[in-house]
Amino acid sequence: MKASEVAELLNEPACTHNKKAKSGCAKPKPGASAGGCAFDGAQIAMLPIADVAHIVHGPIACAGSSWDNRGTSSSGPELYKIGMTTDLTEQDVIMGRSEKRLFHAIGQAIKSLNPPAVYVYNTCVPALIGDDIDAICKAAAELHGVPVVPIDCAGFYGTKNLGNRIGADAMVKHVVGTREPDPLPAEVVADYAARGIKIHDVNLVGEYNIAGEFWNVAPLFDELGLRILCTLSGDGRYHEVQTMHRAEVNMMVCSKAMINVARKLEESFGTPWFEGSFYGITDTSAALRDFARIINDPSLTARTEALIAREEAKIKAQLAPWRERLAGKRVLLNTGGVKSWSVVSALQDLGMVVVASATKKSTEEDKARIRELMGPDAKMIEDGSARALLNMMADLKADIMIAGGRNLYTALKARLPFLDINQEREFGYAGYSGMLELVKQLALTIESPVWSQVRAPAPWVSTQPVMTQPELPLDEDDMILPLDDGFDGGLDASFSVEAA
Amino acid sequence: MAEIIKRNKALSVSPLKTSSTTGAALAFLGVNRSIPMLHGSQGCTAFAKVFFVRHFREPIPLQTTAMDQASTVLGADDNVLEGLNTIATKQKPAMIGLPTTGLSETQGADVHRLVKDFRAAHPEHDGIAVVAVNTPDYTGCLESGFALAVKAMIESVVPMDTTRVGLRPKQVNVLVNASLTPGDLEYLRDLFALFGLRPVIFPDVGDSLDGHLTPEDFSPLTFGGTPVSEIETLGEAVHTIVIGRSLTAAAEALAVRTSVPDTRFDHLMGLVANDRLIQLLAQLSGRPVPPQIERQRAQLQDAMVDCHFMLGFARVAIAADGDLLQAMAEFVTSFGAEVVAAVAPARAAVLEDVHAAGVKLGDLEDLENLARAGRAQLVISNSHAADTADRLGVPLLRAGFPQYDLVGGYARQWIGYKGSRQALFDLSNLLLAHHDHHKIAPYHAVLRAGGSSAAAYSPAAAGAEPH
Repeated sequence: MKASEVAELLNEPACTHNKKAKSGCAKPKPGASAGGCAFDGAQIAMLPIADVAHIVHGPIACAGSSWDNRGTSSSGPELYKIGMTTDLTEQDVIMGRSEKRLFHAIGQAIKSLNPPAVYVYNTCVPALIGDDIDAICKAAAELHGVPVVPIDCAGFYGTKNLGNRIGADAMVKHVVGTREPDPLPAEVVADYAARGIKIHDVNLVGEYNIAGEFWNVAPLFDELGLRILCTLSGDGRYHEVQTMHRAEVNMMVCSKAMINVARKLEESFGTPWFEGSFYGITDTSAALRDFARIINDPSLTARTEALIAREEAKIKAQLAPWRERLAGKRVLLNTGGVKSWSVVSALQDLGMVVVASATKKSTEEDKARIRELMGPDAKMIEDGSARALLNMMADLKADIMIAGGRNLYTALKARLPFLDINQEREFGYAGYSGMLELVKQLALTIESPVWSQVRAPAPWVSTQPVMTQPELPLDEDDMILPLDDGFDGGLDASFSVEAA
Repeated sequence: MAEIIKRNKALSVSPLKTSSTTGAALAFLGVNRSIPMLHGSQGCTAFAKVFFVRHFREPIPLQTTAMDQASTVLGADDNVLEGLNTIATKQKPAMIGLPTTGLSETQGADVHRLVKDFRAAHPEHDGIAVVAVNTPDYTGCLESGFALAVKAMIESVVPMDTTRVGLRPKQVNVLVNASLTPGDLEYLRDLFALFGLRPVIFPDVGDSLDGHLTPEDFSPLTFGGTPVSEIETLGEAVHTIVIGRSLTAAAEALAVRTSVPDTRFDHLMGLVANDRLIQLLAQLSGRPVPPQIERQRAQLQDAMVDCHFMLGFARVAIAADGDLLQAMAEFVTSFGAEVVAAVAPARAAVLEDVHAAGVKLGDLEDLENLARAGRAQLVISNSHAADTADRLGVPLLRAGFPQYDLVGGYARQWIGYKGSRQALFDLSNLLLAHHDHHKIAPYHAVLRAGGSSAAAYSPAAAGAEPH
């Protein structure tokens, strides 16, 4: 991918913060960086398309440590869970055999797995040696008569966020608009018509069906007569991505990362879009209302309001006993981008207090929404380092840290309650009913009896052990191992760094 | 001698391999107050980090030189120097590991020169060991990367001095390969203590990644592991014990630098290998074998007798890095089982000695095909093989990296008489729970009284009949 193409992807006119320095694209600092790469982002964004053969073109590190590593769920095909890589060898790299290997790899995948399409993810090494994956994908597609989509997402191109966009851009460029949606079965149309419901087609962009959480929400769409043509990409199918251009409205779910899809679909097909979230009661209702507002079908609006009233009443009754237990508990939220505000709303629905939210990966608009939700005094966490988070937990007297899995063991080592909110998590929190799972997991960790036990010092230790190293007297008789085996240059040989 | 069957397909499906870069990072994580900084793009580090976090359920200190598009094309030397200086200044570690990745190797980075440049530019950081190692992910696997890092640490930390052998008369060096778990290393530490010996286990993930809550709430570096000051003393030990054939080159390097005599083991599973180890420890310490060890040996023998009924002729499929594959194959064949499928992700010298007809260099798809053809009854591999075993309809014993769907896999003790006995029990129990296919299919005699209803006969209905 040329630098100019990367720049074009970074230039996102639909983003309100576009004129500023790209907040998602700060130059990483060697020796003090965290986060994934463009390949990581592209793979994460597109892997949930369940029936596609996803081939990672590169040596083993890219696929070897990451395949089968995602909580996204499929209601049908499981092909996406099978890791596939060209696993390039030194000979391939030196002798320039990697293009040939990729070509045959695509053929092998098509012959042995019969997928509707193959996605090829480019990585650093082939990008550096100049493999022309576009040409290979084209040749393979012609030979086998199966679409082969190149996704040029070498890690060094940039951040995970850029990778999300690269993946999404490949869909718009190569897949969307290549097929018309199937007509609905006549009996379904008749059934809805009999009930006076007109069916509308919509898309969801940036919904990943983590732990199957969207299945909490999907029945509501059926009830309202909203056909989801395509979810990009949770529980997605290749033929659905092909038909995305026919939706009446696109919802950007919980992420700006794939905003280029919404913008390009609007430019090319005039599809309006809005941004929303299915986390929390307030946001779920707002999202449903936005669909009705944009589609502007009075019957849909009326039915949406009725559904919201019914669902809110139901979930509020179910949450009442949990609210009593969780109300007033203080939360420190450290998560990327849009989740930094979408989850705030879900927690506030429970009467919890969000004392701080991370904004390192958030856009200016995200920050504005956090201020709107949390008030002008909202603490924004810019420094997401483990040390800073732990200090913040103590300073703000937070009861729980909600963050991505990467921070999980940071919190646990510090003996602090934790809830995993990122894509690797095992529980689904979306929609009205997802709130029940959320409260259960929150209470499970906050109220756990383990904390008092692991924080208490051992009975034979007089001082508080946490945060301080107890100075125990060294008694050689107590030691199993002799500290000194007769050589006096030995263990204490003051190695300056060890002492530091 | 096992025949090595080369890779014969373009696409790797359900990969078994983990990168050598990741393996090198693991070796550095076995050193106290250390941090590996992978020379590559941010993703190289992110993937390795998630990999270990999921396996060990621990925070993992791991950094990156964060190569971006400009530095990839124009040169990333400054990234390395800046990264080293940042970590040295901020964290003051005892060691920084600097493994390369496919990206930086393809670009042509010379990390060894960069370490020299760093030394020249920053004498204030002279107390910090900086160890570079070439581990592009297009060669080798986790085990070989680990071994390369061990060798690199020996070459850069252990002084070239052959005159100090035995100055620490109770010290025995223990070089351990990537397949030994924290649980295994803990056992070794206790075992040596029983003989009054002082082991310097290197690298010691048993001290850094064993999963213990620490008094400090946070450490940006490893908390535990072999201290750098101890690595410096390897040349003063009376003996070195090497576990794992992958460490051959590292062991040679140590022997050349120090002249400390060594004894090498392929693995420490099963009776024979452990007998050799205990005999050696008794000799080195001049002490008799402690009674509890005698007892554990007798217990293992008893378990072997008990379990040979379940495990004799059992058809086992194994996919793992070379050392672990060889260890498991020798272990299961030592009580009469048969290895019908053996798959390794990359070439290794030890593969020729795997107790199987052949070793396929390949992935879990290859394992599945071989296991099906060989009618395997049990699979030994990492967590990725769970789906493989499901499709085969046989149980899986999880071993190696990664184990993300099992709590405490890292703490499991496989070695010693005791660990071997538990592995024997577990293998037997897995087969017992799945032993339906041993049963003879019921035959419903045509001439039996009430024969016409034979098809409808069921044990539940029979039990309900009053007789």
